[in-house]
Order: sequence, then structure tokens, then C-alpha cells
Amino acid sequence: MRYEAPETIEGAVKLLAGGGPRGRVLAGGTDLLVQLRAGMIAPELVVDIKRIDETREIREEGGRLVIGAAVTGAELGEHAAAKAMWPGVVEATELIGSTQIQGRASLAGNLCNASPAADTVPALVAAAATCRIAGPGGERRVPVEEVCTGPGELSLDDGEFVVAFEFPERPPRSADAYLRFIPRTEMDIAVVGAGVNLSFDDNGRCAAARVSLGAVAPTVILVEEAGRALVGTECDDAALQNMAAAASAACRPIDDKRGTVEYRTKVAGVLATRAAKIAAQRAKGAR
Amino acid sequence: MAATSNGKANGATRWIGTRPVRPDGVDKVTGRARFGADVHLPNMLVGKVLRSPHAHARIRSIDASAALALPGVKTVVTRDDFNDLSSEFVPAGEMLVNYRDVVRNVMAREKALFEGHPVAAVAAVSEKVAREALALIDVDYEVLPHVLDVVDAMAPDAPLLHEDMITAGVEPAPTKPSNIAKVVEFKLGDVAAGFAEADIVIEREFSTQPVHQGYIEPHSCIANYSEDDQAELWCTTQGHFVVRGHCAKLLGMDVSKLRVTASEIGGGFGGKTVVYLEPVALMLSRKSGQPVKMTMSREEVFRASGPAAGTRVWVKIGMTNEGRITAGEAVLKYQAGAFQGSPVQPGCMCAFAPYDLDHVKVIGYDVLVNRPKVAAYRAPGAPQSEFAVESVVDELAKRIGMDPVELRLKNAAKQGTKAAYGPTFGPVGLVETLEQAKAHEHYRAPLKPGQGRGVASGFWFNIGGETCATLNLGEDGTIALVAGTPDIGGSRASLCLQAAETLGVDVERIRPLIGDTSTLGYTFLTGGSRTAFASGMAVVEAGKDMIRQLCERAAKVWDIPVEAVEWSDGEARPAGSNAGEFDPLSLADLARLAGKTGGPFVGRAQINAQGAGPSFGTHIVDVDVDRETGRVTIERYTVIQDAGTAVHPSYVEGQLQGGAVQGIGWALNEEYIYDDKGRLQNPGFLDYRIPVCSDVPMIDTVIVEVPNPTHPYGVRGVGETPIVPPMAAIANAVEGALGMRFMDLPMSPPRVLKALEDARIAEAA
Ligand SMILES: Cc1cc2nc3c(=O)[nH]c(=O)nc-3n(C[C@H](O)[C@H](O)[C@H](O)COP(=O)(O)OP(=O)(O)OC[C@H]3O[C@@H](n4cnc5c(N)ncnc54)[C@H](O)[C@@H]3O)c2cc1C
Repeated sequence: MRYEAPETIEGAVKLLAGGGPRGRVLAGGTDLLVQLRAGMIAPELVVDIKRIDETREIREEGGRLVIGAAVTGAELGEHAAAKAMWPGVVEATELIGSTQIQGRASLAGNLCNASPAADTVPALVAAAATCRIAGPGGERRVPVEEVCTGPGELSLDDGEFVVAFEFPERPPRSADAYLRFIPRTEMDIAVVGAGVNLSFDDNGRCAAARVSLGAVAPTVILVEEAGRALVGTECDDAALQNMAAAASAACRPIDDKRGTVEYRTKVAGVLATRAAKIAAQRAKGAR
Repeated sequence: MAATSNGKANGATRWIGTRPVRPDGVDKVTGRARFGADVHLPNMLVGKVLRSPHAHARIRSIDASAALALPGVKTVVTRDDFNDLSSEFVPAGEMLVNYRDVVRNVMAREKALFEGHPVAAVAAVSEKVAREALALIDVDYEVLPHVLDVVDAMAPDAPLLHEDMITAGVEPAPTKPSNIAKVVEFKLGDVAAGFAEADIVIEREFSTQPVHQGYIEPHSCIANYSEDDQAELWCTTQGHFVVRGHCAKLLGMDVSKLRVTASEIGGGFGGKTVVYLEPVALMLSRKSGQPVKMTMSREEVFRASGPAAGTRVWVKIGMTNEGRITAGEAVLKYQAGAFQGSPVQPGCMCAFAPYDLDHVKVIGYDVLVNRPKVAAYRAPGAPQSEFAVESVVDELAKRIGMDPVELRLKNAAKQGTKAAYGPTFGPVGLVETLEQAKAHEHYRAPLKPGQGRGVASGFWFNIGGETCATLNLGEDGTIALVAGTPDIGGSRASLCLQAAETLGVDVERIRPLIGDTSTLGYTFLTGGSRTAFASGMAVVEAGKDMIRQLCERAAKVWDIPVEAVEWSDGEARPAGSNAGEFDPLSLADLARLAGKTGGPFVGRAQINAQGAGPSFGTHIVDVDVDRETGRVTIERYTVIQDAGTAVHPSYVEGQLQGGAVQGIGWALNEEYIYDDKGRLQNPGFLDYRIPVCSDVPMIDTVIVEVPNPTHPYGVRGVGETPIVPPMAAIANAVEGALGMRFMDLPMSPPRVLKALEDARIAEAA
């Protein structure tokens, strides 16, 4: 196995494009190394992207937040501006693993591991974040929800990797929230995850809403119906009930060791409601 | 925190009841401590086990030729390398094992009986080569139907694990084989008469899932077998003498030719009282002529080492309107795993032990299923049966509107109670734990809306047994204490304290060591909560032996009769003015003079400790239930238990807390998930959910001390009782919160939510 740590995007693309299907990107390694040790994967080439500046910085560009692909949970958690703009994304990232894992785990790793239960992905999707992707054919931008196509499957081409996450501008009275359900309090995989992102108008009515669910379908899903149930309302109980019903209806989970279809479907609505309440509360406090 | 009311608080003891830093503490926090996998030898090979992918399969043939041909592979071991052994039951921990089964459990013979059952093992120059070699071993299986559930396994048409298994304990003996290995029955009085006296009779059926002991350190050993048929074995175990016996038997060796050293141990809880890898590593080493190290992965630990029995328990209890329990009856069906020997017998014996009853009848079934053979797990058998009984007792109390602690006090076993399983209790502390519960601030603290509070009591016998100890006095007056019971819960500290108390010396001057099997006489394993009691007793005896020698030497120095010398506060003194006027001789003085007065001082003891004192406990727990997700949160937890005497209160508290936490996992989340082929789906801590720290509140403890009269300092074992009450206490608390009684464990979020939904639907209808 060959290990490379290029310092430029171009360098990484070149290595990856030449590496073939058995080349792998390494960010924090908290998924990759575990899979390596378990014998689940046996890459011939590992390309560490952490020396590439663009993957490690958190920037604000004209009111838009940009988070590098390999920024760690711990770094993001200490970034005041990121927390103020996207509290839901930050709290989702901070849920990953433990203190040790937080020192390594990244957003891109979480997304590109392509688990339907990845914690940051529903928050990123609700936030309408976009991936900046570099590859042999140049750069392109893709909404986060289009990156994973199935468990373990990505829409990235050979030689491509995620450089950064770009977030939209933040209107006033906006906030997001993420909640997950696990039987324990930590060190567990989401049985259901719910990200909700809300904006309110001057009159206290919901102007925009995005609801995204994790662990209830082969990929993280954006539930547009659920968002629509909130738009134009004050996110009162009736609206939240409609939203929850839409969220539950969108679930296509499986029965597995982590939860039953029945359980996941029910709890998806519960968590979406709770996350929406938190987001609404935050939005009202936000300016 | 602990309200330690030391029976000798008047200052009669100087060391017992204090909390010095544990002697093994620094090594553990600095990483110096050597656990099972921490030893490396020159020329060492790595051993790996090939395990059955089938829950039940006949093994037609095993072809290892391709594996043996792989460069780097030194040898392969299969069933052909072990001699078959005839049926012979021997104690291992608190459970019996049969050598006929042990040899089959470490290496499958006729059949693979559970997924993960070893079928072959290789020794190779590296882990990588060993893994490659496993993939080259060709095993021809005839896959057979399997059975996992205890009730299914008892059905007449169930697939048979052992085609010749005739149920023992039934008259006349059945003519047809079955999966029921044994039926046991315990009776006291006449239950029919007892139920006739009752105003209220409640009967319920409960189920519990198998749960793993969850020790953090996986099984690991290193074997070094030499050309002259001597061998050394280093392993993580609760009892190296027991390991020696089992391995010598399986390898056809003299026990004296096998020296076993117990490493530091990263948890055992009963699960490290049996052998898995050890005989295989020895066999690989014998065949290869090189040392062989074997370590299980976590996955292997789950697939192939022993859980506690999953059970189905039916309980019926009768009571008068005044709250007097008139009769108790139970039927226990316990999974044994692939070989007979579930702890159903202790389950039967403990079921009603907390109660002073005239009429009791308990029947138990030991049932084979295609799962790993169960192993001891803290108070083996008791948590399952007492969960059922304590749940029904709670329901009875609620039925007549009586406080559940009050109801227990009214019926509590005490000194003089004849237990259904035979003996009459000496001094026991159940009433004291209940009184403490009633008086505890926790029991009266207001609950938040939606929360519930539960209580339950628990019992465990505790054991004594064969035990040796040695005290070696150094020339500077310090002491090396050698014990034969591996330290899994702070026992080295407790043994040093007992030695310090006996000799009257500073505990810091005593350095403990767990000796290997050649340094001491046979010493039974650490289990049955016996170590602080039995090794403690041995250490006290060894201390007295040394004091005898010290007094003799002082007598010699002073030239007075030995009867005129007394040992007090760590020094020899003339006993009274008639003995003469001499300056005292301290331990250090006498140690210095050893060479001139007759040679070194060694205090020894070899005892068969009798009179272990049973320990009762009562737990109080508050829970909160999230009605929308079904999650049960433990808000507050208090353990109250009789320790006899808390030699080192911190480690008693640690035992009480640890037992409660393991019980919380058992109650709320832990379960084995199998697919339809009998393959385990959650062989790891990610999906087999033992609690993490943030799942539990600080567990409060109250140590009650009702001294055990047979131990010189009043010690009772404490390690097992604390895992008995939690399941019922939590179920009773959930009932308090929801008005719903859960009779099936675990009370996991999906189960709780489903019950809530069903109730909502029923209410709406
Ligand atoms: C103990 C433990 C606890 C955990 N808890 C959680 C949890 O609570 N919630 C959760 O969601 N996850 C959890 N995880 C999983 C893991 O930590 C997260 O998915 C983490 O975000 C992965 O990030 P990483 O940087 O370590 O990824 P890596 O392991 O470096 O990479 C993961 C995958 O993504 C690919 N990849 C990485 N970066 C890029 C990129 N820029 N472009 C393209 N492909 C890329 C890699 O090739 C690999 O396939 C846990 C893991 C462990 C070991």
C-alpha cells in the first residue's frame, strides 16, 4: 500500500486519477482505518488530503460559509462564526464519536463514507450545502444530497474528491438544528437522524424550510413535503404535525439490528418535530 | 456516598475499613501492567482459530493440506489432535463443567454446535499468514437445522444438539433423547396449601435475553511447550489453577509440568473461569515446537465465549390482604448454550431466597440451544429468576397499596429463616438494607412528573473453597504477600489490609503478588465473590503462622518461654510483668535477626475456607421514559448492600456500582441479534450496547455491615449480589412511570415504544 500526502488539489487529483479504483482519499481516517483493519478494504494507494490548505480552512466569503473537506469536528466546534450561522451543522458534527474521534473526523469523510446514518449529512442537506469537487476534468459543484447514491456508493468519478462545503447566504431569522436518536447517549450509530433548517419572515411566518432525514432510507433524504408543510405557517402544533406526518411518510427504512421499520418511521416524525422546534427557537433568537 | 458504619468503628481495627491506594493502581494508569496480550517471546508464532460459519452442522471432513503448504504456516490443530474424554464433571467457578464437553467446546468434534465454534487452528509466523491459512482450510459441513430459543428447543420436534442426550433428574428416565439436559426441583412445605391461604395470587411469565459479561480485555494467552513435555502458559484468567487442571487434562499432561501464570486481567465477571484458547495454544505450541500466542478479536469474544443464560421464567406468588406471602412457585427454563450446564440450579435456589416462606416449589430446566456455551456471569442464574420474583412482588405490593419496601420487610429472610434450598440463614443483612432504603433520602425525594421509582432486593450465596497464601518476610521487615486468586476487583488491596491488620504493620510495607501455579498449593479461582473472604482468611492464617514464628524467635532472644511473648501492634512484647523486662522487638528487628535466630520467616496457610456469608442488597432507582421514542433514562440509582465488613470501602463501592451498571445494560439494551441462519448480527460493542459512562448517573452506594461470624474480620463477598436487583428495580420503576409492566428484557426503545403505541391503540378502541 502506498501512502501519499500531496499539498495541492492538482497533486491530489493526479495521484487519484492515476491510482485507479483501488486508490482512496484519506481525511481523518476514522472510517477508513477502521475498515482497513477489519479487512473490509485493501487499497493500493491512500491519498491523504490534510496537507492541502483548501481542505483545512473555515472561511466566510461574502456572507457565505465555506468549510474545508478535512476540517475536524473539534475545529468546527470551536469556530464561533460557524456555530452562529449553522448551529445545526456544527452540532451534528460534534455528535460524531468521542473526544478522540472529534480530533480527526471530517465532514467529507462522513459524507463520502456513504452511510445512510451519517450524522452530518441530514444537517448539510437541510442547510442546502454544496460540495466543491475537484477532478481530472476540473472543478464542479454538486448539492450534498446528490453525492451519495446508495449505501457505500458515490456519484464521484475516478480521480475526484471533495475539496470543501459551501453554504448559502444566511437571511435574518434563520437557524438550523440536528437531532439523532440512539439507544445510548454516545458512541452509537443513528437509528434516525433529522436535520431541519428554517427561515422566518418579519411576521413570524416560516419563509423557507428544509427537512432532511438520515437512517430511514438507502441514502439521506431531503423531504420536500415536510418542508412545505411548514412554509407559510408559524410552525404551530398543527403545522408541525403535518410536517411530522410528511416526514414519516417519506421513510423507506429497513428492519435491521439497529431498529425496526415501524420504529424508525415513527421516530423520524418525532425527531423532525423536535428539531424544528429547536430551529424555530434559534431563528427567533437570531438576527 | 457510602455511610460506612464499621462494626469496629471504636478503633479496634487500624487498617480494615481504610482506603489506601491500590497496589496495582500505578501500573495500570501508566500502562506498565501486563495484560493477557502483553507478553512476547522469542520465536513466537501467532495462533488463529477457524470458526464454524454455521449454527449447527455435522463436520464430515477437514482438509488442512493447503494451509499447511502455505509458507510461514507451522502447524494446524483439529479435533484429531485432542483425545476424546469421557463424561466427568468438575467445578469451574460456580458452575460445573464436563470434560467431555470441554474438549468439544475448545475444538468441535462430531458437529459444530454454534456459529463461532472452533473447528481448526493454525500457528504461523504472522497474523497475516495465519489468516490466509485459515481461508485455505477446507471443511465439509452438512448443515443441520438449528434452534436458538429455549422454548423452541424443548419442543418434541426440535433439532437435537446431542442425539444421545437423555434428560437427567426425571423418574422414570425418558426413553427418547431431547435438548433438556437436566430437570431440578426444590421444594419446601406444600405450595397448594400455601396458595389456599392466599387472598391474592399473581402469576406471570418473564423472559430475559442472553447477555455477555462484556469484559474489555479479550481472551488472550501465550503457550510455550518444550521438547521435554513441560510447558508454560501465560493467560488472562480468573483462575490459573483451574486453567492448569483443564489444560493438563485435555493435553494429557501432569499438572506439575504445566506452569500457568495469570496476567493482569481486564475484567472477567465470571466469563474467564473457563478455557477457550489455552488448550489450543498449548497444542499448537506442542506441535510446532515454538511459543504460540493467541488473542481473540472482540467479534470472536461475542461469537464464541459464554454469555449468561437467556431464560423463560414463570412465577406464581400468593399473598394475604395484609401482605404476608403465603407461597411461591416458579418454573425456570435456562439456555445452556451448546453444552449442558446452565446455572438453572442456582437460579432455582436464589429465586425466593430474600423471603421467609413456608411453601416454595421451584422447577428448573437446563436446555441446550445452538449458541455459545453459557459461562458464569456475576451471581450466575440469580438475576434472571429474581427479576421475575421481584417483579411479581412489586405487583403484589401495588395491588394492595402497600409500600414495596414495607412488603419486603414484612416477609424478609433473616437469621433463622430456613431457605427453600436447604440451609438456615445465620446473621444476614436483608432487613438492614431494607431499613436503610426506607430511611434513605432517595426513597423519599419527590419524583418529577412522568418519572417512576422502583425497588428490588437480591441475594447471592457466596462461596469459600480451597485457598493458599504465603507471606514472605524480607530482611528489612517488609513483606511479599503471595496469593493464588487473580485480582479482578481490587482484592490485592483487600488482602494487604487483612495482612496488615493481622500483623499490626503498615499496609505500605506489604507488597502483593498473584503467584503462578508452581508457587502455591492448589487455589480455586476468583469467583463466587470468594476472594476477599477466602484468600483473606488464608492471609490471616498465614499472618498468624508468621506471628507464631516471630514470637518463638523473640522468646529465643529473650530466653523466655514462648507463652510469655505476645504479639501486639506489630511487635513482640513480653506478656505481662512476670515475663520479664525487655524492649519490644518489632517485625523489622526480628527480620534483621533472622539469620542469627534460625533463618527466614515465611507465613503460610492452606485452607478450605468454609462459612461464606451470603450477601443481600436492595436497590432504588428512578427512571424517566420518553413517551415518543421509548427511551428509558436512569435518573438516579442507589445500591444498598451488606458487605459483612468493608475491608476497603472504595472497592466495595466499586463492586456495587459496577454490578448496578451491568444490570442497567441487561435491563435496557443488551441483546444478541441473530439472523434466520443462527448467525450473530451484532458481535461488537457498537451494536451490542453495554452502557457508556454518560448513560448512567453516579451510582450512590450505602454499605451495610452485618459481620459474617465465620471470617476473622466479618467479611462477606460483595461482587455478585449487586447485579441481581437492577432488572426488577428498573422494570418496577418503568411500571411506576408508565403504569405498564415489562416482563420481557431488554426494555429497549423499540419495545417500550411499541408497548406504548399498542396501549394507545387499545385505549382509543
Ligand atoms: C468510535 C467511532 C465513533 C463514530 N461515531 C460516529 C457518529 O456518532 N456519527 C457518525 O456519523 N459517524 C461516526 N463515526 C464514523 C466516522 O467517524 C465519521 O463518518 C467521520 O466523519 C469520518 O470522517 P474521516 O475524516 O475520519 O473520514 P475518513 O475515514 O478519512 O474517510 C471516510 C471515507 O470517505 C472517503 N473520503 C474522505 N474524505 C474524502 C474527500 N474529501 N473526498 C472524497 N472522499 C473522501 C474516504 O476515502 C473513505 O472512504 C464513528 C467512528 C468511530 C471509529
